[in-house]
Amino acid sequence: MNIHEHQAKAILRQFGAPVSSGYAAFTVEEALEGAAKLDGPLFVVKSQIHAGGRGKGKFKEAAAGEKGGVRLARSPEDVGLFATQMLGNTLVTVQTGPAGRVVKRLYIEQGSDIAKELYLSAVVDRGTGRVSFIASTEGGMDIEQVAHDSPEKILTISIDPATGPTEDDGQEVAEALGLSGDLGKQCIELVKTLYRAFVESDMAMLEVNPLIITQDQRLLCLDAKVSFDENAAFRHPEWKELRDLNEEDPKEIEASKHELAYIALDGDIGCMVNGAGLAMATLDIIQLYGMAPANFLDVGGGASKEKIIHAFKIITADPNVKAILINIFGGILRCDLLADSVVEAVKETGLTVPLVVRLSGTNEEKGKQILRDSGLAIIPANDLDDAAQKAIHAVRGAA
Amino acid sequence: MSVLVNSSTRVICQGLTGKTGTFHTEHAIAYGTKMTGGVTPGKGGQTWTGKLPDGQAASLPMFNSVAEAKEQVGADASVIYVPPPFAAAAIEEAIDAEIPLIVTITEGIPVLDMVRVKRKLEGSNSILIGPNCPGVLTPNECKIGIMPGSIFRRGSVGIVSRSGTLTYEAVAQTSAAGLGQTTAVGIGGDPVKGLEFIDVLEMFLADPETQSIVMIGEIGGAAEEEAADFIRQSKVKKPMVGFIAGRAAPKGRRMGHAGAIVAGGKGGAEDKIEAMKSAGILVAPSPAVIGRTLADMLAGKAA
Repeated sequence: MNIHEHQAKAILRQFGAPVSSGYAAFTVEEALEGAAKLDGPLFVVKSQIHAGGRGKGKFKEAAAGEKGGVRLARSPEDVGLFATQMLGNTLVTVQTGPAGRVVKRLYIEQGSDIAKELYLSAVVDRGTGRVSFIASTEGGMDIEQVAHDSPEKILTISIDPATGPTEDDGQEVAEALGLSGDLGKQCIELVKTLYRAFVESDMAMLEVNPLIITQDQRLLCLDAKVSFDENAAFRHPEWKELRDLNEEDPKEIEASKHELAYIALDGDIGCMVNGAGLAMATLDIIQLYGMAPANFLDVGGGASKEKIIHAFKIITADPNVKAILINIFGGILRCDLLADSVVEAVKETGLTVPLVVRLSGTNEEKGKQILRDSGLAIIPANDLDDAAQKAIHAVRGAA
Repeated sequence: MSVLVNSSTRVICQGLTGKTGTFHTEHAIAYGTKMTGGVTPGKGGQTWTGKLPDGQAASLPMFNSVAEAKEQVGADASVIYVPPPFAAAAIEEAIDAEIPLIVTITEGIPVLDMVRVKRKLEGSNSILIGPNCPGVLTPNECKIGIMPGSIFRRGSVGIVSRSGTLTYEAVAQTSAAGLGQTTAVGIGGDPVKGLEFIDVLEMFLADPETQSIVMIGEIGGAAEEEAADFIRQSKVKKPMVGFIAGRAAPKGRRMGHAGAIVAGGKGGAEDKIEAMKSAGILVAPSPAVIGRTLADMLAGKAA
């Protein structure tokens, strides 16, 4: 789960990391109020969308002006002007795709005098099974590009979970960032603070890009991007408040309400599969036969009847779907339960496109019998290959 | 021979009294697994009763702790169906009790809990499989976890997979091809986990009964590349077929598994397929022909 910059900074501030003062604003009035509470004379007006590259982004609408998604204002009046231009308009960045994102909120922040820009992030590193800090002197740039062009400028420091970051770890990060003396000490503190924020907030990723050295020799987190580990949601009720549904696909929101792993894609064949690997393989085989899947949908191992019915409704609600492929290899999920649920879902929602069902595994025969007895026009399939071919044939036959 | 589990493996279940634990323990007993007891705090001294698929009754003694169960009824392995908020603590309890093999089926454990668990595994006497995995099964001997026993037949293929239901595909297809399995190991789709591909490949290469290997990977991370490197450098060679799920997956989107994401230009399917090919692993072009590809390879008709 991703959150906005202003929310990420609020968390960092709470743990004592150095961030500038700032206020979120949904309206021009709020932007002006925010600016009035800041010292000035420099203000930064930042678009809050869940995508990077905002500074270099461009607005689609002429009324938003030529400047990008992050603007430097030299007076509260300028803050008001920029807020008027930016709010409600569509920002296109390298990460949003050509459709862009409508800017619905801004962050009005105290401006800073930048002496140098650095890069610091923390992630769960699957290679070591530990939290690692990634540090580079090349701040403010696209780090993937840096990794590609000059990998020697990126250092990874992994942290022993039994001790948390030691002085030596902090020192290593400081050296990687070229910091010594008082700045080095600030860096060691910062590493400890960020690690604590990371672990206690169950982050999956924390990126400070850039981390800056100010003219008066202070380290400051100028930007912050945070995503949470959704598996830990049960111990973070506060995340509900942080979620911005404007940033998500409505079908995906509906799916997540029912704890379904759903991703909207742009093909014709709607898929319902149990297990992420088999779900991916189902997309692969559809593509292999020259068509495209309409979605990824993993109903999970322990799917209940309600969950399966909701999954079916989400798929049928997509107007692009020209055929549905249900591919189940039951382990935890019993085929008879799946069959019962599908029959009930079809009776509730009706069936306007061909439905191919492949059932294997636990209680396979019972499941197949339920489908046969239902009297519904369900196309049975024997295995994965058969299922994919029948679904594709159904779409092509209809065209 | 087989790897990890066999007919003498004594298995306890943590989280037996839940619906999932009960259902799969019934199936494990019916399969012939030597289940010896269950652990649920507060239910020590009670008796768990289940109904096997053929209608027969089954029962197991319950214990308050893993250590107690191990002492009373013996435990070479523990299978964990405990819900995510308590699962990491359950694994830690099993490590403390020095259970040699811990198989964690639970899906949705916070990754930082697993970071803590993985640290605890270092220098311990336990091996962890999972979490978020289907378990491990040696045909006709021992079934730990949720894999449907009916699709297996005893044979010569070792199967290791990061994905649950795709493991079943590989099993069903190698059974249909007349090859059968020595052991199937589902290592799970989480980014931080116990056994990795290399650990299991090492076991299969050392096992005389395992004559060929199927390895099922997916997008995300670099474990498949590392495994391919290991195979390239291994002195022992066995015929090997691979498959990578996620060729059609869009970049930057997490495909259900916490580990399955192509991010920062890394973890893509094509790189993994290339790495496997360069290590002499034959990569099945479609998930539907994993078994056939291996059978053809063994018959000397490989492309």
